[in-house]
Amino acid sequence: MNVDLARWQFAFTSVNHFFFVPVTIGLAFLTALLQTAWYRGRRPEFLRLTRFFGTLLVINVAIGVVTGLVQEFEFGMNWSAYSRLVGNIFGAPLAMEGLLAFFLESTFLGLWLFGWDKLSRKVHLLTIWAVAVGSMLSAAFILAANSWMQHPVGYTISKQTHQPQLNDIWAVLTNPVFVWGYAHVLLASLVTGSAIMLAVSAWQLRRGGAAAVFTRSARLALSVLLPAMLFAMLIGSELGVIEGRYQPMKIAAAEAQWTTCQPCSFSIFQIGGGNQDQTPTQIFAIPHLLSLLATNHWDGKVTGLSPLQAQYSKKYGPGYYVPNVFIQYWSMRLMAYTAGLMLLVGAWGLWLLRRKKLTGSPLFLRIATWAAALPFLMNTAGWLLTESGRQPWAVQGILLTKNAVSPSVSTAAIAFSLAVFVALYGVLGVVDLMLMLRYARRELPAQEASQHPDAPMPAVQY
Amino acid sequence: MIPFWFILITILWLGFFVLEGFDFGVGMLHRVIGRDEAGSRMAINTIGPLWDGNEVWLIVAAAAMFAAFPGWYATMFSGFYIALVLLLVALIVRGISFEYRGKRESPRWRRNWDRLMVAGSLLAPLLIGVALGDLLHGVPINASQEFTGSLLSLLQPYAIYTGITLTAICVLQGATFLALKTAGDVRDRAGRLSRRVAPVTAVAVLAFASWTHVTAGKGALLSPAEFAAVIGAVAATWFVHDRREGWAFTATTVTMAASVLSIFVGLYPRVMVSSTSPAFDLTVHNTASGSYALGVMTVVAVIALPFVLAYQAWSYYVFRRRLTASSPRPGPPAPARPGGRSRG
Repeated sequence: MNVDLARWQFAFTSVNHFFFVPVTIGLAFLTALLQTAWYRGRRPEFLRLTRFFGTLLVINVAIGVVTGLVQEFEFGMNWSAYSRLVGNIFGAPLAMEGLLAFFLESTFLGLWLFGWDKLSRKVHLLTIWAVAVGSMLSAAFILAANSWMQHPVGYTISKQTHQPQLNDIWAVLTNPVFVWGYAHVLLASLVTGSAIMLAVSAWQLRRGGAAAVFTRSARLALSVLLPAMLFAMLIGSELGVIEGRYQPMKIAAAEAQWTTCQPCSFSIFQIGGGNQDQTPTQIFAIPHLLSLLATNHWDGKVTGLSPLQAQYSKKYGPGYYVPNVFIQYWSMRLMAYTAGLMLLVGAWGLWLLRRKKLTGSPLFLRIATWAAALPFLMNTAGWLLTESGRQPWAVQGILLTKNAVSPSVSTAAIAFSLAVFVALYGVLGVVDLMLMLRYARRELPAQEASQHPDAPMPAVQY
Repeated sequence: MIPFWFILITILWLGFFVLEGFDFGVGMLHRVIGRDEAGSRMAINTIGPLWDGNEVWLIVAAAAMFAAFPGWYATMFSGFYIALVLLLVALIVRGISFEYRGKRESPRWRRNWDRLMVAGSLLAPLLIGVALGDLLHGVPINASQEFTGSLLSLLQPYAIYTGITLTAICVLQGATFLALKTAGDVRDRAGRLSRRVAPVTAVAVLAFASWTHVTAGKGALLSPAEFAAVIGAVAATWFVHDRREGWAFTATTVTMAASVLSIFVGLYPRVMVSSTSPAFDLTVHNTASGSYALGVMTVVAVIALPFVLAYQAWSYYVFRRRLTASSPRPGPPAPARPGGRSRG
């Protein structure tokens, strides 16, 4: 019971946290690009765009920061057995995140926000880049920590305490799951940020907002979106191969592959399935595709869940080692399909842009607006795939999730905190969405900006 | 290396309380001292660019405990569960209220966020203070380092008093900070309030230092930290009455730093006292990470911290000016100078 509640809480708070994180990373980078464009060319429309999207960034950062605080506390509160056991490895990247990234991001965000008329243009430009770099660095350390849970490296088991002890930080920071996973997350964040910028620009263009200005932001968004999405998919596919090597259960479950196959096909969707139904009806099985995705080989072999279960029981003792197959199967597809749609939207938009028909296509503008929802589905599905696919392990091969919870915390306490967070995040989510929509739909502050290029951002005020 | 990390974590907690202390105080007082919308806004804008960076000290302190003393982090965070849930709520609500209160031109919207800001800013130092007091006073902990008490076992008189004292210092620190950083009526009201609060705080700190001394049970004389806390509070009272704003703020800062320091000095080499048995005390030694992990993080901390201190100091330097009535708003919508470039 405690394990389930603690897992629900972690899933709920981290999924929510990761609504805001990729927006911050993506928008900080794009805002920095806009401000750089203004700095170099001094064209007032770039300043107006910097301020416009900077406001959206700030609304998001606030929630990203405070929900991140919850994540940090939660390890100790709900997962104290885990923290006690692996804190000396898992805690290190977390501490580094604070020291090397979070201080940077927060301090320079304050400087950027309030420094418009206090810093020279060049220094002020550097502050937004510091925010962008800080947010990216921050994700790096978190991903390094998470990757260690997926594929533990750089440790020995201490002879006295029988606990894992860090003995090679370099191995932790070059963990292939981390290197590829980080690139994947970073690209997905750029997709998220640019999808939002595209959606806002499209909405504005459709409503006859300042066309000359928002065509520029749409162009920037599209030129980031399409390559980022493409590379996110390519790298994600390589990440699948890597994870398949270290966490074969995860990949086999993503295809609901119970028996070993060679070559293996990939089903577009299926009817039935899950851990109880081992023979779902597969619809549109594409031959060889799973082999290709899981192993990079046309005729690659994928070991099925049943033989893996037998293998794990032998290695780790009796137990059930198959993750939730339903979640794996569908989160994999939700992620891939939303990514595919996003790619199409990006390609369509770029094609329209090249033919200078972007503003003339209300259909595209309408679809691009709604497409802002896609990256959020994609990101959430991606994390479900990777985190649920690690189960029943908290740390693959070292610690089972059921042994990771706090022994001293009562069920009532976890239920209480879960209820508090659900209520609080619910309200915050609504307020955030409301403000984002409000500010995204606002008219560009007309001439104010171009007349007084050094005037502080009017929207960013307490 | 183990003592080094205890010292570093102490410094991180000090940094958090010293910096966030005055912005907690400003959060509590912005309505009282600011009075109307323009005044509130001026008050909040004194910490506008700074509070976020200040709060990171807490995050880093917690992360450093996690990495360097996982046993301490695990026992404390799981043991102080409900208190920490409330703390998170307070910090979330407070952080959000800064960003959101100005986002709509509705008095009701503002008033609601203001109330939340006051509540969050009051509750956060109180709860953290109680938690720190509990570390020293002791809570039920068994042989396997697990907390065995309940919420009630956290509500020790000493712990509650620690929370109250630290909150009072936050109020004084906030008031002196506002007196230092604002002008006009707001400054006057901040000065008046700090003159009223200072003597009370000084008495509270004296009692706190003595109680901490007794609780820590180390020798007959007050430790230098305890002594410094008392001196700082007395000096602050003197300076606020003398209207020396810079010195008054400095003295309150010393009071805060010394008060928090006295708890950690009282603790060492323990990190969490067990009220069940002294044999079950958590110490720096029985909760520490392996030496390799500590070594790696020492390198990172030694390289990173000077930079952090440098750019945070720089941000304080950039925003060193007193806010005046003509610049009541942040990135203070200082009246735009037509076409002019300005540098800080």
